[in-house]
Amino acid sequence: MTEVSLPGGATLEVRRCGDTGLLIESGDGDVLRSLAGALVAAAIPGITEVVPAMRTVLVVIDPRRTNLGTVRDALRRLTLAEKRTDQAREVHIPVVYDGEDLDFVATHTGLGVAGVIERHQQTQWYVGFCGFAPGFAYLVGDNTQLEVPRRGESRVRVPAGSVALAGTFASVYPRESPGGWQLIGRTDLTLWDVSADPPALLRPGTAVRFTEAS
Amino acid sequence: MGRQTRSVTITARGPQVLVQDSGRPGYAHLGVAAAGAADAPSYSLANRLVGNAPGTACLEVTLGGLELTVDHTTWVAVTGAPTPVTVGGRAFWVNQPVPLRAGQTLRLGTPSAGLRSYVAIRGGFRVDQVLESCSADTMSGLGPPPLEVGDVLEVDRPAGPVPSVDSVPRPGHGSGPVMLDAVVGPRADWFVDGALKALFESPFEVTSDANRVGVRLSGPPLPRRDRRELSSEGVVCGSLQAPPGGRVTLFLADHPVTGGYPVIAVLRWSSIPAAAQLRPGQAVCFRRVRE
Repeated sequence: MTEVSLPGGATLEVRRCGDTGLLIESGDGDVLRSLAGALVAAAIPGITEVVPAMRTVLVVIDPRRTNLGTVRDALRRLTLAEKRTDQAREVHIPVVYDGEDLDFVATHTGLGVAGVIERHQQTQWYVGFCGFAPGFAYLVGDNTQLEVPRRGESRVRVPAGSVALAGTFASVYPRESPGGWQLIGRTDLTLWDVSADPPALLRPGTAVRFTEAS
Repeated sequence: MGRQTRSVTITARGPQVLVQDSGRPGYAHLGVAAAGAADAPSYSLANRLVGNAPGTACLEVTLGGLELTVDHTTWVAVTGAPTPVTVGGRAFWVNQPVPLRAGQTLRLGTPSAGLRSYVAIRGGFRVDQVLESCSADTMSGLGPPPLEVGDVLEVDRPAGPVPSVDSVPRPGHGSGPVMLDAVVGPRADWFVDGALKALFESPFEVTSDANRVGVRLSGPPLPRRDRRELSSEGVVCGSLQAPPGGRVTLFLADHPVTGGYPVIAVLRWSSIPAAAQLRPGQAVCFRRVRE
């Protein structure tokens, strides 16, 4: 592990993943999100993937085109942007709150059904990272009152558009898949479309608001 | 009517036949694996042998057993695992261009070692792309489904000349332990001091739980220092992930973009093709190399 200091003063812990990856860690989520954005914007030759997660950003290279030393040097020269979310792109997701686990969430949080819906809609969410399945976004909010455990047993089939909670995250299932999150509602919005560019409606940094479906 | 179509019919198959190309890198931040041919150099060689451009779609065949019939006179090539190749009772080597006349059938036997073969046809298989790739990603279901007997694949017109090459010698797949080069991983410090020693000095065995997502290995335990939980983080192809008390998983082409278990070591990029040819029951050793 080595430490890298950026021009703005932020310090990052950098770990190598073989000869194709640098795993960059910071305790400051804002720094990570800015870093991921700056890495994509810098378009450093030979970088094939920039993968944000909760505490890390993974940079993957094509070792035929560059090497990790070159990328680490480029990292030192990055200037991080101020804003953490892509506020210009706020996505509104209309929800019908009739999920099978809504009553459980209402009881578990002690908020009641109306309280859960209110918190879900009032929270300013943004996409921390994607994973689990194509287009599946982990939405991070400032409202920890909606913290719920995953289901004891995961469902074999969760329909596309299911609006769900797990831990302190919210999400919407982009495609039908198995899943263990608590389902609180559904949306008709298309979240994943391979013919669209980009194919995912929710991408790291996208701001999200849930609204009542009319 | 327009010009003649050129096609291939699958007449028999073994455990799995998938369409693969060089994959769809660049979408990991949206939860999409790069996928693509698991043994990339073998895939590239197959295309080169029949004069196809890099990135042309091929078939990735697990444990042989494929038979396909062509409706036009052409060239094919089989690379990867050393597999008996026959056309009309005549035997061919792997890693050489094989001529096929219209109506003839190419047959792949069972490889004597290794796991995956690549079949390229002159012009390349024409398959709809998803996110700029024809690769069948078995993790997310993107790309074409596995091929079945009776499936007909269209073939594109060749663009370049057939290269003048007889056969390309490639390192063999021995039957002894496979030696893979690995570098100490990003979360090696999550394991007790003896864990790296156990990883690099003990043989592991490939279990039957081996596919394009990853290969589960049985071997000595790799105990953690404590019971902390890792928050999910991005992983690269070739990562050796070790769940608590569980079996080490070596990630291959269709690996999840993030993992929740610490990565103790990572294969060198140059060892990934050999890892993609690991066969259940085979012994594997990790050789510690510097970054």
